[in-house]
Amino acid sequence: MDGQQVRDWESRCIEEQAPACTAACPVHVDMRGMMELLRKGDFKAAHALFARIIPFPAIIGHICDHPCESACKRSAAGAAIQIHQLERACVDAGFAAAPFRTNKQLAKKRIAVVGAGLSGLCVAAELGVKGHTVVLFEARPEALARLRTYDPQILPGTAIDADLARFANTSVEFRLNEEIDLASADGLAALADQFDAIYLGLGPDPQPALAGVLALAADGHLAIDALTFATSHPKVFAGGSQRYGAGYSPINSLQDGRYASLSIDRMLQGASLTANRDTQGAQPSRLYVNTSRYAPLPAVIPADPERGFSQAEAIAEATRCFPCHCLECVKVCPFLEHYGAYPKRYIREIYNNETIIMGPRKTNRLIDSCTLCGLCAAVCPEDLAMGEVCLSARQGMTAKGKMPPSHHDFALRDLAFSRSDAFVLARHQPGFERSTVLFYPGCQLAASSPEHVENTYAHLCATIDGGVGLLLGCCGAPAQWAAREDLFTESREAFASEWRRLGQPTVITACSSCFRMFTDHQPEVPVQSLWSVLERVGLPAGASPRAATLAIHDPCTTRHETAIQGSVRRLLDQRGVAAVELDGPGLTTCCGFGGLAEFANPAVADKIVDRRIGQNDADYLTYCAMCRDNFARRGKRAIHLLDLVFPTAGDPAARPDPGFSMRQENRGRLKRRLLHDLWEETVNEPADRIELIVSAAVHADLERKLILHDDVRQTIVHAETSGEKLIAPKTGHFIASHRAVSITYWIEYTVEDGRYVIHRGYSHRMQLG
Amino acid sequence: MTEPTSAAPEPGLLCAKCQLPLAAGKVEASYLGNTFPVDLLRCPGCGFTYVPEELALGKMLQVEQALEDK
Repeated sequence: MDGQQVRDWESRCIEEQAPACTAACPVHVDMRGMMELLRKGDFKAAHALFARIIPFPAIIGHICDHPCESACKRSAAGAAIQIHQLERACVDAGFAAAPFRTNKQLAKKRIAVVGAGLSGLCVAAELGVKGHTVVLFEARPEALARLRTYDPQILPGTAIDADLARFANTSVEFRLNEEIDLASADGLAALADQFDAIYLGLGPDPQPALAGVLALAADGHLAIDALTFATSHPKVFAGGSQRYGAGYSPINSLQDGRYASLSIDRMLQGASLTANRDTQGAQPSRLYVNTSRYAPLPAVIPADPERGFSQAEAIAEATRCFPCHCLECVKVCPFLEHYGAYPKRYIREIYNNETIIMGPRKTNRLIDSCTLCGLCAAVCPEDLAMGEVCLSARQGMTAKGKMPPSHHDFALRDLAFSRSDAFVLARHQPGFERSTVLFYPGCQLAASSPEHVENTYAHLCATIDGGVGLLLGCCGAPAQWAAREDLFTESREAFASEWRRLGQPTVITACSSCFRMFTDHQPEVPVQSLWSVLERVGLPAGASPRAATLAIHDPCTTRHETAIQGSVRRLLDQRGVAAVELDGPGLTTCCGFGGLAEFANPAVADKIVDRRIGQNDADYLTYCAMCRDNFARRGKRAIHLLDLVFPTAGDPAARPDPGFSMRQENRGRLKRRLLHDLWEETVNEPADRIELIVSAAVHADLERKLILHDDVRQTIVHAETSGEKLIAPKTGHFIASHRAVSITYWIEYTVEDGRYVIHRGYSHRMQLG
Repeated sequence: MTEPTSAAPEPGLLCAKCQLPLAAGKVEASYLGNTFPVDLLRCPGCGFTYVPEELALGKMLQVEQALEDK
C-alpha cells in the first residue's frame, strides 16, 4: 500500500472530526463527551471534563456566550441542545475545580501579564501551570473587576471567587493596584528588560498612547496577529477585548489567553509560532451527521428559568443530544460494524498490518471479510470505498506471500474447476461457422440453474440472427477478489483466446460480476447484459403473471449500471409482475459472496445476508444466481429473474441452495448435456464414480466445512484401494483419510450394498509425518 | 507457539490393514514451513496416524490460523 494513498483514504473518513458544537467552540470543549456523561447523571465527571479545558469553569459556566449552540445539529430535529444551561447545571452541582497544579519547569522563565481580565488570567494560569514565574499587574484593586459588574443572578460573586481560588498555592504573583504606564520609559521597555515575555490584556479601549511603542491598527487598538497573538514587539503578545472592542465575549477572551500562551511558550522554546495551528479556534466541522435519522424533540424548559435546569431536567436535555457521529457506512454494513470501529481506524490497522515487522498480522481476516460491494462509498459523504482499501491490502498480502491460504483456497479451487475441461466449452451455434454474439452465462448461473442456461441459449438462438456462440467458463472474478493477479490474468487470457477464436463477437452475459469484470478489465471486449438483450429481442411467450408482489434485490455489481437496472424493471413490467424496491439499486447490498467474504468470514457474510433478507417479507427477485442461492441458503424465498422468463409449474422461490458440491456437478452435467443435445457429440459420463448416501444433516455439515462430495469420493476410493483406513469396532464405521494437495480430509463411512453411507467428514491443513 | 495436544484416546480403534489397535506416539506436524512434534494415536504397524475431529477443528485449526497470520 502506498503511504500517500493511505493518508488520503484516512483523511476522507470524517468520523474523528470534532462535532459541530466542539468545532464552533473557540477552545473546543468536548460537549459531546459532557452530554454523554450528563445523560448518565454523572455531573461530577461532566464537570471534570469541562474544567479540564476551561480554567475558570464557574465563571464560564455562568456567562459563556455559547457559540456552540448555533452550530448544534439537533436544531435540525427539534431545537439546539441548550449546552450553556447544561454547563451551568454542571457548575451549579457543587463541584469545585481543584487548585491549579504547577509542573516542574527546567527552563523556568519570567512572564509579565498586564491586566487581570479573563484573557490575562488565562495566560497566568496556563504559563503558571507550566512552571514559569508569572507576575500579574492590575491597576484596579481586584482581579476580574469587570466581571464583578455582572448581575449576581447571572454571575454570582461566589463563582468568581471559586475560580480565583484555583490560583492558591501557585507561584503566580498578583500585583493589584499597580498601574503600569506602558508608554513611559519605565513601562513596556522596562518590562521587556525584566521579563522573558509579556502579555497585554488591556481591555476594550484603543491605545493611542502606545503609538510609538507598539504598532497600532487603524482604529487605534493594538495590531495583534490573529493566529499567534503577536504584536510588533517580539516579546510582547496581546489579546482579549483589545481585539474585540465593545462586543464582550468571555469565551473569546479565554481563547485569546489560551492561544497567546501557546505562542509565548513556543517563543520561549524557539519554536515556530505559526506551525500546526490550523485547528485553532472556532471553525466549521467536517463531521457529517444524518439528522433525518432522528425524530424531532423539543427543548427541555426549566421549571424555574432563573435557577436554570434541575438535575433531572439537565439529564433530560442532555439525552436529546444524538450524539453526533457520521458512521454512515458502519450503519449499513455488517462487516464494518462487526469489528467495532470505523474506516479511519480500520485503514490505520490495515496499514500497520501490512508494514508490521514482528508479531501477528491481526487484521488479515478483517481485510478478507469485505465484500467489495461499494455500499460504503455510496453512503459516504466523502466517497470513501473500503473495498478499494481492502483489495489494495490483499494485493500487498499476496505480493508478500502473507495471504492466509485457508481464506480463498476453496473458492480458487472452484475457479480452477470452472476453468477446467470439465466445464469450459466454446462453440459456434450448431449449423453456423461464425457468431455475431456470444452467450456467456457465467459459472454460477450454470452451477445454480443449468436449465436456465439451456433455455436462455435456445431463446437467444431463436431470436438473434447470424449465429449465437456459447462460451462456458469463468471470468476470473474470484481471482481478482483474492488478489491473485496471476490467476486473474490467466483467466482473462483464456477467455480472450476463445473469444478471438470465435471471431470477437459481442458478449452477452447473464452474470453481473462477469459484466463488471469485462467492462473494468477487458475493455476490448464488447459486452451487453442479458437483461438489456432480452428487453430488445423480447421475452418468450407463455408466462402467467405472479399474483404476489416481489421485492427487487439488485446484485451489488450493478450498483452503478442504471441501464441494466432499468431493463430488469421493464422486463418485470412485461411479465406483469408487481415489484417493490428495497433501498433502490444505488444502495443495494452484497449477498456475502462478493469479495469471497463468505469463505474468509462466514459469520460476517451470514450477517450481511440476514440483514438483507430481513428487510421485506415479500419473496425477493434478483438477477444474480449467487444472490438468489445465498438468500435461499439463509431461509429466504427468492427467485431469479430467469424463473420469470422461463416459468415452470413448480415454486421457484422454494428452490433450495444447491450447495457447493451440486454447483460443480451441475456445471459438468450442463456441458455434457449441451454437447450431446446441441452438438450431437458423444460424451462419456465420468467413470468409476462410487455412489454416496449422504443425509441432509451430514450434507449441510460438509457444505459448512467446504468439503465436496468429490473430496469424499476421493478419500474413500483411496482408502478402499490402499486398505489404509481405521475401524471403530463398536460402530463398525470406517475412518479414512486422504491428503489432496494442501488439505487432509477425514471421512467416516460404512458400506451398504456397494454404496457408501457418509457419517461425517472434516479436514485440516496441517500435514503429519 | 503452543503445540496441539493429543486428542482424548479412543480405545478400540483398529488399523484395518494391520489389525492392530492404535497406540499413542509422537508425530511430526508441519504447516507453512513450521514443524513441531505432536502426540497422536497411530498404528504401531504401518504408522497410519489418526486425527480426531475435535483436534482438527479445535487446537489444530487454532494453530493453523495463528501460523497463517504470522
